[in-house]
Amino acid sequence: MNILRLTALTALAVTPLPGQQVQLNGAGATFPNIIYQNWIITYNQKFDNVELNYQSIGSGGGIRQFSDKTVDFGGSDAPMTDSAIVAIQGNVLHIPTVLGAVVPTYNLPGFTGTFRFTPAILADIFLGKLTKWNDPRLAAANPGVTLPNTDILVVHRSDGSGTTYVWVDYLTKVSPEWAQKVGRGTSVNWPVGLGGRGNEGVAATVRQTPGAIGYVELGYALINKMAVGQVQNRAGNFITPTLESVTAAAEGAMADMGPTTDFRVSITNPGGAQAFPIASFTWLLVRKEYPDAVQARELVKFIWWSLTEGQAQAPRLGYAPLPKAMLPWVEARLKTVSAGGRAVWRGPAAQ
Amino acid sequence: MTSATTESVAPPAPASLRRRNRGDPLYRGVVTALALALPLLLLVLVAELAVNARPAMRRFGWGFLTSSTWDPVAEVYGAAPMIFGTLVSSLLALVIAVPLALGVAIFLTEFAPRWTRKPVAFLVELLAAVPSVVYGLWGIFVLIPFLRTYAVPPLKAALGWTPLFQGVFYGNSMLAGGIILAIMIVPYIAAVSREVILAVPASQREAALGLGATRWEAVWSAVLPYGRPGIIGAVMLGLGRALGETMAVTMVIGNRHDIGLSVLQPGYTMAAAIANEFSEATTDLYLSALFEVGLILFVITVAVNALARLLVWRVARGAAIGSKAL
Repeated sequence: MNILRLTALTALAVTPLPGQQVQLNGAGATFPNIIYQNWIITYNQKFDNVELNYQSIGSGGGIRQFSDKTVDFGGSDAPMTDSAIVAIQGNVLHIPTVLGAVVPTYNLPGFTGTFRFTPAILADIFLGKLTKWNDPRLAAANPGVTLPNTDILVVHRSDGSGTTYVWVDYLTKVSPEWAQKVGRGTSVNWPVGLGGRGNEGVAATVRQTPGAIGYVELGYALINKMAVGQVQNRAGNFITPTLESVTAAAEGAMADMGPTTDFRVSITNPGGAQAFPIASFTWLLVRKEYPDAVQARELVKFIWWSLTEGQAQAPRLGYAPLPKAMLPWVEARLKTVSAGGRAVWRGPAAQ
Repeated sequence: MTSATTESVAPPAPASLRRRNRGDPLYRGVVTALALALPLLLLVLVAELAVNARPAMRRFGWGFLTSSTWDPVAEVYGAAPMIFGTLVSSLLALVIAVPLALGVAIFLTEFAPRWTRKPVAFLVELLAAVPSVVYGLWGIFVLIPFLRTYAVPPLKAALGWTPLFQGVFYGNSMLAGGIILAIMIVPYIAAVSREVILAVPASQREAALGLGATRWEAVWSAVLPYGRPGIIGAVMLGLGRALGETMAVTMVIGNRHDIGLSVLQPGYTMAAAIANEFSEATTDLYLSALFEVGLILFVITVAVNALARLLVWRVARGAAIGSKAL
């Protein structure tokens, strides 16, 4: 392994000949790790001239290592901040790879069916202002259902995470009070509730505690068949979180983004009648300018493969694929990747 | 002294022997380097922590130790709830674990049928081999439901009037954290205490029994006082372990930045916060604040160990003076 890396490094230092092994190292977000590893395995079976590595060390670590140039690409569930981008002279592209969503999950003994949440209800529960499951406002959103007189217990993530970022980013958009008191971040100063470590920690606490409500990542909820609530979207419809309604969220957000977007956008609370409103991209961080053309070209080729053929793997692994209409936009961004001032990739046709 | 005299008396070694002895200084150099490497590592560790914690120290000063706000969005950090939670959960663990572990040790050395001693001691020590994440899972799925259904309602009925058992009990709490920690440190305290009690000379017991003491009185008045320094050492070993435990605690303690007297409320510990937040700490100040938490945890652990040494030393000296008086 070490010898391989060493030879790869020396090879890179003296501009490798075509056909030589190219090594690409990445690190970052844990959320997309499963599909990235799958992509890497499948891709390596087809193209054995590239050795790809991705370490799931967390978005924060990914951004740091990418900025320090200890890895060739990064992964993040939250876009880099303006100041972080200035610190690396703007040398970064955000390339969306798949979509994730964060869903409310609850434990309400005796309640069958799907609970319906409005944005204001979710925000007030997490602000600690709504404390009973039979509050008239909850009853109004769930007509024809008898709700128990149980205390609401909020469960949130205790570890910093992209899941938290998406959840509170949504609450920040829909509730001015949340925006002012708490705000958005990978971890925040929670007004109420208990912290569970990881999706599994939140899920376990919710499952064990009658009256609890928490949020978990959609793929996790689907695989573990958890009780998830519907959330009312901007169009006023109550939407069940599914992979389709998450892809629809990205479609809905495209109108706000425009074809020249840098993809550094939050797509929570998007337009679109069928859009589930708490969805997000996960990004690969790629440099605009690489020192080595061969390396840069292989990286872009891998990303393009992930965004086209690779997308078919997404639903099976619990990720929502990107909307097809978005591909030309991503292609345009990838074409700007250069080495020594010259573009390294001319698009799928020239590949 | 003696070696010096022998050297001066001994005739000079033959040349061949002297040459072979060149290995000795080399050997000495190597082991000295190895011995110095560890303290050096410790110093580097402290220096690294301190350097990285500098920005947070400069920004928040001593207020870092007393403020309860931990707000990564507004970049305001205070570690008081975590320091409080670390100390309280560890003390709670000691309150539960020390009687339990001493009971185990005394039973195994003094009262258990001889053939059961080895297997039971082995099983207790096996507890130390269980990974902490397994304790955490067990805490979530077994301990917390048990506490919620069977243990806490009667506790609240009996002691609900004290501030220690007030408030709503959700399960994840200081109490759950303390109990998990207690179970984790029992094997350490029990194993060391057992060795200590075994090392107490039989003459101590025989003398007490000869004076007409019951077996219980012999243990209490002769064996335990004799082994006190060792037992205190065992307890401090357990405490050190409890202070630094991360995974099992974070899974059951509730991870809430809050200071409350009630053990039924959720809390937080320093080790848990570092493990939870480090990987996603995106800003420099955030990271620096976590480094400072690490530094505080380090200082507290060192202080506890120093205190333990001091205590053991004083008790041992006290015992020596006592025996002289006899």
